[in-house]
Order: sequence, then C-alpha cells, then structure tokens
Amino acid sequence: MKYLSKRNLLIVLIAAATAYFYSKDGSVTTSVVSTATSFALPLALAAMVGIMCERTGIVNIGIEGTLLTSAFVAFFVSSLTSNILLGLAASIAVGSLLGLLLAVMAVTWKMDQIIAGTIINILATGLTSFLYVQGRTIPSTFPEYDIPKLMNLPFFGPVLFMHGPLFYFGLFVILSLYVALFKTTWGLRSRAVGEHPSSADTAGVSVARLRYINVAIAGAIGGLTGSFLSLELVGSFERGFTAGKGFTALALMIFGRWNPLGALAAAMMFGMTQAYANQLMIDQVIQIPTQFIGVLPYILTIIVLAISAGKVRPPAAEGQPYEKADA
Amino acid sequence: MSDTKKKGFDLGNWMIPIIAVAIAMFIAGIMMKLQGADPISAYKTLFTTSFGSVAGFSATLGKATPLVLSGLAVTIGLRAGLFNIGAQGQLISGALATAWAGYALTGLPAFIHLPIALAFGIFFGGFVGYIAGALKAYRGVHEVITTIMLNSIIMALSDYLVVYHFREPGQLLTRTSEIQKSARLPFIFSLPLGFFIAIACAVLAWWIMTNTTSGFRFETVGRNKFAAWYAGISVKRTLVMAMMISGGIAGLGGAVETLGVTYRFEPAFNAGLGFDGITIALLGRAHPLGIIPGAILIGGMRAGASNMQFVAGVATELVDLLMALILFLVTAPLVTRFFKNTTSKSVTGGW
Amino acid sequence: MSDLLEITGLTKQFPGVLANDNISLTVKAGEVVALLGENGAGKSTLVKAVFGLIKPDKGQIKISGNVIEYGDTAGVIAAGVGMVHQHFQLVPVMSVTENIILGDEPRRGFFINRQSSRKQVIELSKRYGLEVDPDAIIEDLPVGMQQRVEILKALRKDVKLLILDEPTAVLTPQEIDELLLVIRNLAKSGVGIVLITHKLHEVMAVADRVLVLRGGKAIGFTSPKESDEAGLAQMMVGRSVVLRVDKKPAKPGKAALEVRGLQVLDDRKLLSVKGVDLTVHSGEILGVAGVEGNGQRELVEAICGMRHRVSGQVLVAGVATKDMHPHAVHLAGISHIPEDREKHGLVANYSIADNLVLNQFDQAPFAKGWVRNISQVNSNADAVVEKFDIRTPSAQNLASSLSGGNKQKVVVARELSEDLKVLVAAQPTRGIDVGSIEFIHNQLIAARDRGAAVLLVSAELDEILSLSDRIAVMSGGEIVAIVDSKDADRNYIGRLMAGMKA
Ligand SMILES: Nc1ncnc2c1ncn2[C@@H]1O[C@H](COP(=O)(O)OP(=O)(O)O)[C@@H](O)[C@H]1O
Ligand SMILES: [Mg+2]
Repeated sequence: MKYLSKRNLLIVLIAAATAYFYSKDGSVTTSVVSTATSFALPLALAAMVGIMCERTGIVNIGIEGTLLTSAFVAFFVSSLTSNILLGLAASIAVGSLLGLLLAVMAVTWKMDQIIAGTIINILATGLTSFLYVQGRTIPSTFPEYDIPKLMNLPFFGPVLFMHGPLFYFGLFVILSLYVALFKTTWGLRSRAVGEHPSSADTAGVSVARLRYINVAIAGAIGGLTGSFLSLELVGSFERGFTAGKGFTALALMIFGRWNPLGALAAAMMFGMTQAYANQLMIDQVIQIPTQFIGVLPYILTIIVLAISAGKVRPPAAEGQPYEKADA
Repeated sequence: MSDTKKKGFDLGNWMIPIIAVAIAMFIAGIMMKLQGADPISAYKTLFTTSFGSVAGFSATLGKATPLVLSGLAVTIGLRAGLFNIGAQGQLISGALATAWAGYALTGLPAFIHLPIALAFGIFFGGFVGYIAGALKAYRGVHEVITTIMLNSIIMALSDYLVVYHFREPGQLLTRTSEIQKSARLPFIFSLPLGFFIAIACAVLAWWIMTNTTSGFRFETVGRNKFAAWYAGISVKRTLVMAMMISGGIAGLGGAVETLGVTYRFEPAFNAGLGFDGITIALLGRAHPLGIIPGAILIGGMRAGASNMQFVAGVATELVDLLMALILFLVTAPLVTRFFKNTTSKSVTGGW
Repeated sequence: MSDLLEITGLTKQFPGVLANDNISLTVKAGEVVALLGENGAGKSTLVKAVFGLIKPDKGQIKISGNVIEYGDTAGVIAAGVGMVHQHFQLVPVMSVTENIILGDEPRRGFFINRQSSRKQVIELSKRYGLEVDPDAIIEDLPVGMQQRVEILKALRKDVKLLILDEPTAVLTPQEIDELLLVIRNLAKSGVGIVLITHKLHEVMAVADRVLVLRGGKAIGFTSPKESDEAGLAQMMVGRSVVLRVDKKPAKPGKAALEVRGLQVLDDRKLLSVKGVDLTVHSGEILGVAGVEGNGQRELVEAICGMRHRVSGQVLVAGVATKDMHPHAVHLAGISHIPEDREKHGLVANYSIADNLVLNQFDQAPFAKGWVRNISQVNSNADAVVEKFDIRTPSAQNLASSLSGGNKQKVVVARELSEDLKVLVAAQPTRGIDVGSIEFIHNQLIAARDRGAAVLLVSAELDEILSLSDRIAVMSGGEIVAIVDSKDADRNYIGRLMAGMKA
C-alpha cells in the first residue's frame, strides 16, 4: 500500500506537470503527449505479453524475439502479398507459434525458462537477419483513423483518438486484459495457476493446458505488437528493429506490478520522459548528445527497477515447472 | 549441467552438441536450398577457409579468442546462478578502455605496456559487471534486464566517447587511433598469443571452480542460495564477485581483441561477440573447458563467413542462424532424450 | 446399492519406491474408514489416485460405479468427492471466497458472480458451523483457520465421499475433538468418509473400519472393536513398538543455551514470538511442545540466527550470539537441524560428501587456505556414511538421490560431527521412515549423554514426551508452562497447547 501511494504520487505529479505545460502552451504539450502515447502503447502491449505469461507462472524473456520476428513477418508478408492485413494476420500467427514454442520448452520439457526465452531471442535474431533482404517496401501503413466527435476534444482528442486502428485495438487489448484477469473465471484460474499451481490442479483446473493457452495468446499479443511497430508506427523493418523494447517491457511489467493498468501507466511515464526530452532538445533548453537520446528509456528502466524491483512480489510460482503429484 | 561436476567425462553428454551441430547444419542447409544457394559448396567454403590452412586456422583462433573469453564469462555467471547477458557491453567497455591505454600511453616497453592495457580491459569490463551484480545483490534487480540495458547504454556511451573524445585526429570514421606497437599481442608460431591467454584463463577458471573454497562458494550460491547463506557464505558478496569476475573476463575478451586483432577501437568491430558467448556457454554445458571447442567452431564459422558469401552467395548471417539452431537443439531435450533421461534443472534464478 | 468408492488392485510405482502395492478398498455411504500407516506408507498416494491426481500403474477406481480417469479431477469433484489435502491447497494471496470457489465459480457470462460466491461461502460456513471471514486473505490467517477453509472447500459440493488426509496435524487436541464431531455427524447424514491419520486415538474414536498400510502394502482390515491402540500400532510398524525411548536419567549441568526476552516477527511482520525466556542445560533435552504455527518456527530461526531478533538475546555459555548470521551462531556453538532440510540443510545437486562439509568447507582439514582438500572431504564422507548408516552406493552420489530419512541423516551427521555444545533440532523426524526416526532419536539422546544441551521442537507430542527431560509448552508465541517430563500428562499438555489455563 505504501508503494501504491508513492506510485500514484508520481502519476499525479506527471499529470500536474502536463496540465501546467498545457496551460502555458496547449498545442506543443498536446503534441508531446500524443507522441508519448504512440511511444508508450507498443511498450505497454509488449508488457501485456509478459503479464499474461507470468500471471500463469511462465517467465517470458523472449518477448524481444517475439516482437522482432513478428515485426519482420508482418513487414515481409505485407510486402510480398501487397496486403497489410495478411501481414497482420501472419504476424499474429507467428507470434502465437513462438508462444507455443515457449510453452513446449517451459511446460512440457520443463526447461529453464530464462534459457528458453533466450533461445527464442537468439532464434529470432538469427532467422530475421538471415532472411532479411534490403530495399523492400510495403504498399502502405495502417492509416490514421480519427474517431469522429471524440477527436475534437481538446487535448484528449489528439492524444487518444487520432491514431491508427492497431493503436485502438491495442488499447482495447490492454483494458480487456485487465478486466479479464481480475473479474473473470479465466483470470481467477490463471492467477491461481501462477501463484500456487497445485491448488488449481486439485480444484480440477488443468495447469498445463491453461499455461499453454495463455502463453500462446500472449504470443499473439506479441505478434500484434510487432505488426503495430512495423505496419503502423514505423512502416519499415531493419535488422535489430525492435531495439530492446521487449526487455523494457519486462521492466514495465515489474514496475506496473504485473497489473495491465500499472504497466500501461509505467509505459506512459516512459513515453512522457522520452517525449519531453525530445521537446526540450528541440527547444534547445537542454543538450544531450544524440547517442544518449535513444538510451534514455534504458537508463530509466534501470533506475525504475532499482527503486521498485526488490519491493514488488512476482507471482509465486513464476519460473518453476509444475511437477504434478505424479512426477 | 550439475552432473558433469564429479562424474568427469561422460560420452553421452559430449555427443549431444556434436549431433546438435549436425542437425542444425542440415536444417540451415535446407534453408539455403530454399534461397537458391548451394549448401554443399557453402559449407565447403566455410570450413576450408577456416580450418583448411595454417593461415586460415590462425585466423579462426583469432576469432575464437574473444569467444572463449565471452563464453567463459557467461559460464562463470551460470555457475553462480547468474545469467550474464551483458558480456557484450562488458566486452566493449574492455575493448575501448584497452584501446585508449594502447594508443594514449606512449614510451612504455612492451612487457609493461601490454599488461597495463590488458588490465584496463579487465577493470572496465569488471566494473560494468559490478554494476549489474550490485543491483542484483542489493536492489533485487534481475541481471538479465540490467545487463541487456547496460549493453545498449554502453554501446551509446562508447559511441559518444569515440566521437567526441577519443577519435583519431583528422579521421571521419568513428574510431580511435591505432595502438602503439608496444601494446600489440605477438604471434607465437603464427598463432595468436591472445588465444593462449584465453585458454589459460579457461583452465585456471576450471581449476578454481573445482579445487578452491572460492569455487565452492560460487557453486553453492548457484545451486542453493538458502543453504549457502545458512552455511555462512555471503550470498550478496558472492553474487557481486561473480558478476564482477564475469565482466572482467568479458572485458579481457575485448582487450585481447583490440590488442591482437583490430589494433584500435571501432564500435562495429566487436558486434555480437558477447552474444555469441551465451551460445558458447550453453553449448559447452557451462563447463569452463567445455566452451573451448564451441568457441573454435563458431570462431571458424565467423572467420569463413565472408569468403562463403563471396563464393556461394550465402549471407554471412547464416552463422547467426546456425548458432541459434545449435543452441536450441542443445538446450532443448530433443537430442538429449536419446542419451539421458534427465530433465534439465534450473540454472538461473527468478526475477 | 453399489459402493460409494471401490478401489481394486491399485498399484503405483515411484522411482525407487513401490508406493501402493495391489491395494483394494471399498467405502459405503455413512461409513468412516480410517487409513492408518506411518509416514511414507502410501496413504496420500492412494487418495490422490482417487482424486485423479496420480496415474495408477495397475488397478481401477470407481466412484458410485463410474471409473475414474487420471487427470479428471474436475469430474471427480463433480461426482461428489471432496478432499482435504495433507498439504493445504490454498492460494496464499487470494481471499477465502476465491479459494473456495476456484474451479467451479458462480458466474454471470464470463464474469465471476461475486455476490453469489460470497453468499455461498457464508451459507456453507453456517451449515457446518465452521466460521470463516469470506473476505480474509489466506496468508493472513492462522494455520487452524486455513485448515477450516480447506475443509469448507472440500464440503462445498454436496459431497457423498469426503477424504481427509491428516487433517489433525495442525490442530490442538480440542480442535481435533471438534473436527471428529463434524466427521461423525457427516457420516450420520450418509456421507462416506476416508480419514487418514497416524494418530491411533483418533482412529479409535471415529472409525468404523481401519485399513492399515505399511510400506505400500495393505496389511489388513480391522476395527476399533476388534483391536486396541497397541494392536493397531503393531500392525502399523510391523513389530511391537517402544513407546518410550530407552534413556538414562539426565545429568543436567550448567546453563548452555539461554534465551532472554526474545521477540520475533513472522513472515507477515506480526509479532509471533512474544518475549520468550528459556534455559537449556548441558546434558538435558528440553522439548518444546505446541501446535504448529504458535511461534515455534520463528523461535528456532531466531535462536539460530536465521531470523531477525526484534529484541532479546540468545547466549551460549553466557556469551551473546550474533543476530541474523547463521554461520556466526553456528561457530558460537549452536548446531542446528533445520526444519526445512531441502531448503537450508542440503544442496540437492551436490554430492553427499560435499553436503557433509557444507558449513566447514573452508576450515581445516577440509581446506588448506584457499585450496580445498578434496581427499579429506571424501574420506570424511566415507566414514560418516558408514557410521550413520546412510543408504547410498557411494558418497559421491548426489544428495537428491537419497530418500528423506537418509537426507536427514546427512544433515544430522554434519551437525553432530563436531564437539557439540548446543543442538537445536526442529522437527527432526518429520516425514521419514521408522528406522531413521529411531536412529535419530538415539543420536539425540547420545548427544545429550555426551553433555550437549538439546532443544527439541516437534509437532509430534509423542516425540516430545518420549525424548524430553523437561517440556516447555508454547502457545500463542509464549512459553505457557515448563514441566518436568516425569509429571507430564498428555491431556494436561494438550490443554496448555490449546492456550487454556490448565
Ligand atoms: N511424486 C512422488 N515421486 C516419487 N516418490 C513419491 C512421490 N510421492 C510420494 N512418493 C513416495 O511414495 C511413498 C508413499 O508416500 P505417501 O503416499 O505420501 O505416504 P504417506 O501419505 O503414507 O505418508 C513415500 O516413500 C514417498 O517418498
Ligand atoms: Mg501423506
């Protein structure tokens, strides 16, 4: 509870600062926050992959690899078929396949889950860099779709309602995951499996099956995130395209205490920091060597974890293969 | 990987990587075929280039040197229950620090200059490891995340330092000046001295692990932190030490690369060496000596890759693909199943 | 009418242990069948198979005439079987209600119907007179209360068959009586009951029939009418049992271990040891009796330097020991057989030899300076394996390959191998075979006779009664009485354990 208030204080502070800036210069602040939102959403979505997995007790450090592979697949399938919808579908399929691969390694083979995730990351790097070809393009990115009426709201219109379809869908996924995790039978069972699997088992809930399903769905969310990055936000793909977002996502998951809304708030905080830093650079208020702009989130990640990691409690059964009574 | 400790040599254990390599090459071969290349000629070029001549083999060992060290760095971490994904950043810190010591310190005789330059690498690599270790031990931050983040931060930092502070005068490329002749690692019978340093490190690490109280502390912490604490081993200090030593070894890898191969620091030079260390460590089953063949194999592939691209038209990234497949096959119980009926136990901790 | 439960020829082999060997059992409606057997006899294995949690190698299980499939726990529950598991199957971070409804939640569409869930729990708790707070979080509840939740969970569906696996282990004698009453009433209302225990008087009190298991085999059926406690005990262990361990009268010497005003917090940061004073003299065994969860664990951990002492002191031969440093405490002269041997006592994938020197690996003769003397480690191990009769082909085998009893012998051997001043033994015989229990008991007494001060903490009242020279009764985090074991009476101690003024 103590930390909750500290956290809320942070959010309130950021909100207050934003309100203050908004009162001074509305248009710039709006554009800064809307940049921050675009920056935050893929990170938050990627954190959902981690939350889905860890809530049922599977550590997934292969998020980075999942994002990279699905962004790659999204881009190249779109490029080859000239159809971004096919690219999206393919990336979601590939994401869930990687999820299933993790499930096989972690649940069926009971491998060390950190190593299983690392394998996915290395596999993703190897495959995407081997298969990568230069100079391809996609027909178009997912176009921005401004939601009528809502887009006219001051501040909130541009920040929330003037994005592409995958943005809205991603936001929907995050909010639904929150509801599902805490209000539905699926959520109760998933959390029970992540905290104390034998309780779930003895109550007639199949631990292995639920873990498989959840990790595969998580993979699909990873696929969606990959598509969002390559087909909506950026519109291209290069080697090493995801640049550590999958790892940052893990930090957001921890900072957000394995809660979808917490991770979303944490991602927003990251986005705001980045966007404000950019803005201050543009305004020549501060000067940061260009090399450091990109690594700001990483420095922030380490600081944030140094503050919060030891204090939050991860799902108790995380990382441990479940040994049925009949081992 | 625990059962290798006392049992010594177990054929089944060592057949697994060999079979894994064979299967991985087969799968990658199919993928080359699909791309329209000829896998036989590609593999032939790859391996004759790296293992077919003394000069080629020397180049292979040169490539293998930092790999032995980064593999050893990851291995040391695994032994203490830490997964050091940051060998890359530690190696780069070492490479840059060594390069600076190599070009900026002048007028020293080789027998002083060389050790100083190497020590710079060890120290800065170790320092980066220390950061991750201390964050783990005292703040409970998982080393996988910190080391990954540190990799990127150090990449940026080294780039910045070279651009703004250490750039070779009048040079447009982002690189430092060349190191002094007195800081270059010599060749012994046309084989790089650095390779022998690396092997010596591996042997020393193996001896320390199996025969000293420090090794016992490391291993105990790696296998059961609670029992270690209970038995009077300072878990926190051991974790920090392990990360620091691991980083120091990776830093030495960067130093040796700088002093024996590249002779200067240029950010792109060291790409991927640290990451290869992960594959090599797992391939060698986290055994300090077991990593050596893996490092030579991968070093050979790296050494022959560009020639292969030239002759067979296969992208050098084939090596990355091969490594990923090998790693998957070695760690997944696919191949293992045919030899032993064991389930792999956890070697790394939770968050 | 067919039998409620019908087990025929059930066989289950675990690696190295034949846990169930061709066991058959039937239970009718309204009948209480006790499964009696020592730790490791195979009782839990049998009932887990009934619940679909274990796959039998051979044999068949029918409930109300329908065959049970492995893995179909949900189906078994739906068929009207409830089970109170030996190890609580509760999610610590979830509420009582959430735990009770888990697996069959009242719902509205995809959503959990909170109101009706809560109502169900309240009704359930009323119906059986087992009061619980539906919104309390499990980990905040004392063990006895958790047990209640576990029972309610089992009773939630209108059960036809209720299985209770050692439900009384964490209860006071008085709570046990209440539970036995509930069992009798359920049986009267037509529920078939399987009660697992190794406490003979409980069997005598409620069972209609008794099936005795030993080493995985069914020794035979009997009933309280046909047999008495001694007869049951003999069936259980296969020979007549010595209820009292042979020992000479104690010759207590000077105070060796002194605990003064010790206060300790538990994992939930609640004060669980509330100012304990104890003195153990060399040459005596002081037993701490008490229902589990009354602060014994925290007391032991604080004495041994594993848990922070909020206030108070622990002295060895008059010298204060260091807080939160188990090894320093060890060096000060307190040896410790930890309750959780897997976690603190052993490194599972180290050899037995390395485990035997775990707390002295860096001292002579096992190390000379920085270098370990492996041959000394090995010769020490060979000698200890011989002396303590540790059943293993070689001291180089991994500790994880040992059975529970032999693992415990490794820990005991290590702690006893030095010139012993104080020994703190926490649940030293939990979950191990009779042979090992006897061996360890004799070792404790031998240590006492060599002049060590022994503090024995055990949840088994019989163990305390037969080994101790003096008995301290712990309840609610306090030592409520210290009695001489000559004057100790089961009933009297039971009342003290329950926190009653005797
Ligand atoms: N999952 C398991 N794997 C291996 N051995 C087991 C397992 N479960 C129980 N055993 C062994 O089977 C035997 C019977 O155990 P159990 O049924 O729990 O006994 P009880 O409940 O009578 O104390 C013991 O020797 C125990 O060690
Ligand atoms: Mg049992």
